[in-house]
Amino acid sequence: MNEIALKELLYKIADDQLILGHRNSEWTGMGPLLEEDIAFSSMAQDKVGQSYAIYNLLHALGEQEPDTIAFTRNANQFHNSIFTELPNSEYDFSLIRHFLYDTAEIIRFDLLTRSAYQPLADLAVKVRAELRYHTLHANTWIKQLGSATEESISRLQHSLDTALPHALGMFEESLYEQDLIHDSIFAGEKILMERWKQQVEIILSKTQLQLPDWDTLTAVNGGRKGQHSEHLQPLLDEMSEVFRIDPTAEW
Amino acid sequence: MHNSITKEEVLTWLEEVKDPEIPVLSLVDLGVITAVDIRPEGVTITMTPTFVGCPAMDMMKSDVLEVLHKHGITHAEVQVSFREPWTSDKISTRGREALKSFGLAPPPSGKNLFTDIDVLEHATCPRCNGTNTELKSPFGPTLCRSIHYCLDCREAFEQFKPV
Repeated sequence: MNEIALKELLYKIADDQLILGHRNSEWTGMGPLLEEDIAFSSMAQDKVGQSYAIYNLLHALGEQEPDTIAFTRNANQFHNSIFTELPNSEYDFSLIRHFLYDTAEIIRFDLLTRSAYQPLADLAVKVRAELRYHTLHANTWIKQLGSATEESISRLQHSLDTALPHALGMFEESLYEQDLIHDSIFAGEKILMERWKQQVEIILSKTQLQLPDWDTLTAVNGGRKGQHSEHLQPLLDEMSEVFRIDPTAEW
Repeated sequence: MHNSITKEEVLTWLEEVKDPEIPVLSLVDLGVITAVDIRPEGVTITMTPTFVGCPAMDMMKSDVLEVLHKHGITHAEVQVSFREPWTSDKISTRGREALKSFGLAPPPSGKNLFTDIDVLEHATCPRCNGTNTELKSPFGPTLCRSIHYCLDCREAFEQFKPV
């Protein structure tokens, strides 16, 4: 088993969960209604917790402690997709991102339940079960607001058009893609993206939202290789602000 | 040194350790203790979290160690594993009753969850046993709870989420 390939895979999944988890947490106290405030806060806690569990797998493979990994790296050492670090913007953008991201994530973890790396396969069974609540939440709102008023439909359509090229960046391939597939660690980004497109089409077909032709879109890549937008470093600075005051403190 | 101790005995001790967020429910009845390994050199307890991001995990681990120390086990260890993942079907019958008397609806069987959203929609009210209820939010005050409203007794209640 190619351990470098495995670690890179774990880093990018955990970093995605941590960064979007942090963005979700920015809705705490700011949600458009109380239930949404709780939903985004709860999903934030799930995602940050899941990133912690994956950083623990990395720690078992010889990497640093989870807190060190999460709070002391700079932006160019993170492997999250640029999509996850974009600011929350309006609620419609957060909702569209939540839908596009979690639709991919639940398929990713479903594929990982069959990983040859057993600790990851075990964890994936658990995470997949939790993500059902996230996709349930996303699908419910997209179906309702995607067919509600003129304003809700046009807002979501605008956010969808903005989000899609970034969403495709989630499937930027690893340098070790063939090793991952060959060693049966992960079925690969191509299979994941195809299944994701199918599921996105199924849900959006129940709304008045329009999907552009996939071939007309260009993915916003770079995040997996540490090339990020200007939005990541300020997020990291804020996220690690308390930790950095005293990295040796016992909490 | 620990040759005379049995697994059953250790599990009886651990009934004293409660879920910090649901103080009437023991970790044993919650179903998060997945293995008790007794060896001459010490005792190892294997636990698995209800939700991966459960913030109560560290507290539960230290509570388990404290109880073992109290019973004279000097070399005790708690390990966290996802090998045998927790599902809400792991809550014992006694645990389900404890949840209900605490005012939390016990989770419906998780087996149907992924095909049937109705399972979430229509929880049974823990106060009046009414089934004329509606789901207010699949996310609640903790990761493992959802929020519901009973149209029979006109009270809001929470349910331990099926997962």
